[in-house]
Amino acid sequence: MAAGSKIVAIVGTDAVSEAMRQINPDLVAAYPITPQTAIVETYSQMVADGLVKSHMVAVESEHSAMSAAIGAAATGARVMTCTSSQGLALMWELLYIASGLRLPIVMPNVNRALSAPINIHCDHGDSMGARDAGWIQLFSENAQEAYDNTIQAVRIAEDPGILLPVMVLLDGFIISHSIDRVELLDDEVVANFVGEFKPAYSLLDVNNPVSVGNFDGLYGYYFEFKRQQEEAMLNSFGVIKEVGAEFGKISGRSYSLFETIGMEDAEFAIVVLGSAAGTVRHEVETMRAKGIPIGMIKLRAFRPFPARELAEAISRMKAVAVFDRSNTFAGNMGGPVFIELRSSLYDLEKKPLLVNYVYGLGGRDLSIELINKAAAELAEAARSGQVKQSINYLGLRE
Amino acid sequence: MALTKVFTRPDSLRDINFHFCPGCHHGTAHRLICEAIDYYGIRERTIGIPGVGCGVFLYNYFDLDVCEAPHGRAPAVATGFKRVLPQNIIFTYQGDGDLGSIGMSEVIHTANRGENITVFFINNSVYGMTGGQMAPTTLLGQRTTTTPYGRDFRTEGYPIRMAEMLAPLEGVAFAARVSLHTPTQVKKARKAVLRALDIQIKNMGFSFVEFLCACPTNWGLSPRQCIEKIDGEMLQSFPLGTYKNRQDS
Repeated sequence: MAAGSKIVAIVGTDAVSEAMRQINPDLVAAYPITPQTAIVETYSQMVADGLVKSHMVAVESEHSAMSAAIGAAATGARVMTCTSSQGLALMWELLYIASGLRLPIVMPNVNRALSAPINIHCDHGDSMGARDAGWIQLFSENAQEAYDNTIQAVRIAEDPGILLPVMVLLDGFIISHSIDRVELLDDEVVANFVGEFKPAYSLLDVNNPVSVGNFDGLYGYYFEFKRQQEEAMLNSFGVIKEVGAEFGKISGRSYSLFETIGMEDAEFAIVVLGSAAGTVRHEVETMRAKGIPIGMIKLRAFRPFPARELAEAISRMKAVAVFDRSNTFAGNMGGPVFIELRSSLYDLEKKPLLVNYVYGLGGRDLSIELINKAAAELAEAARSGQVKQSINYLGLRE
Repeated sequence: MALTKVFTRPDSLRDINFHFCPGCHHGTAHRLICEAIDYYGIRERTIGIPGVGCGVFLYNYFDLDVCEAPHGRAPAVATGFKRVLPQNIIFTYQGDGDLGSIGMSEVIHTANRGENITVFFINNSVYGMTGGQMAPTTLLGQRTTTTPYGRDFRTEGYPIRMAEMLAPLEGVAFAARVSLHTPTQVKKARKAVLRALDIQIKNMGFSFVEFLCACPTNWGLSPRQCIEKIDGEMLQSFPLGTYKNRQDS
């Protein structure tokens, strides 16, 4: 364990609040929504107690939360907000503006299903809906990763070669409201790691006046701006890995774009993200102990999507199951991770059979029995060389 | 001697237990609205539109058609219903997080258009369902989970008075603030609810009733202390009264 660290038992929202306290952003603007609420409450208490220097703005909606965040970030301030589900949906138009203006806002989003019907429990439909908004998206397996990702997100977002907003994703209730063992770093270590934000352009630099978000005109550079955003996203592959490695030096926990388990000798594998990775890992390790040639990939970065590296990691497999905690409603195309992974394999000469399991919508539990059912079907596909059904719903009552 | 039953549950209110906390006034507000619906005999043509908050479970209690609205959007959803079904009676039921905060824009513009709907507004000075965060209606100095040492006007602004704010709009036919903390006030509240629906039945325009209610759980007070708080503090910030009562149509 790193010097000055301490081990605590806290829920995921408190882990995020602790990271925010240590980051000590200039401004936090937020609106409470279940299950993110405790982050806003705890951070409000920290502000009231003078533990941080942040301005806390209790705005009237998420639309205003992201608007205030954009305004503050445009001045060159370090800014954070946080939300869930409908709140993220209400931020919609601002998400694109934050990324288009290249404002490095960091936002923990506690994943929760979108209405209707109203459901407060976990799935990834909210953040997957924002997958084309130009934000970096990092998924967390547990409270520790939510804490670690929040700290790293600041460095990634503010990297001069990137300057993109970052969403840190943690599963509603499963992570946000469950008590977990978390190693908190020393305050000073985190302060040194995130450093001071020195924006290249800001509205408060009187010697270099700028305006942001201007009307682009009929023959402006909108297209070029959008191409630059893609370039920033390409740059982020390397920066996410560099920051993850550097974070390993201060914490003993290194991060990359994804993590592999047993892929060196596996014949088939499961790709999963979020809290379900913990349950899947447990089952994969149990099966491997019995000699079953299964492996797994835990995806951390969904944006950018590490297509080339993922394809390389699974190209040798006979069959791969992709677990998606959301759906695209595209007409039996499967979930977003499945669609993108399948697209990533297109150019490969030799590629595995691919099968999709949509699971856990609206907080439906992913039991070990369901994982074993999917694993058994996967093993059969690998053996027979045939997939019975590409798109499957795991744990659906039908 | 045969006993005569003089008080019964309204037909529009289902005979099931409320989920509300002891001392909460949502149940009283529910009953008053159902009594008025029964009084006018409009149950078969009334549609309720609750917002997001503790009132969201309205469909469990009201024995009539209900459509959930996204957080804050009930007046806009109600507008859609009323324009297509002008013969129906449409009401929204919203809390202060829903109406006074995230949905402020919708209620103002719906009122300003004079939509012939009725808005019932539960003002308990906190976001109740999410666990007692500051609302726009939170009293100055009131402690909430996001104002742990009390609301400070320098950073959080002032309590918003919705009834007074909406009343001057031309489209508003009726705007009143009532309270549910004493039997006398409940009787006055009943009259306001009746008048608000009467306004809609007569196609006179937008009608609005604001109820001052207790939230014992999030105020951290007993039901009795809550009543004292409403009487002593809340009425100071939120004076009761009818702020508009248009007589012509």
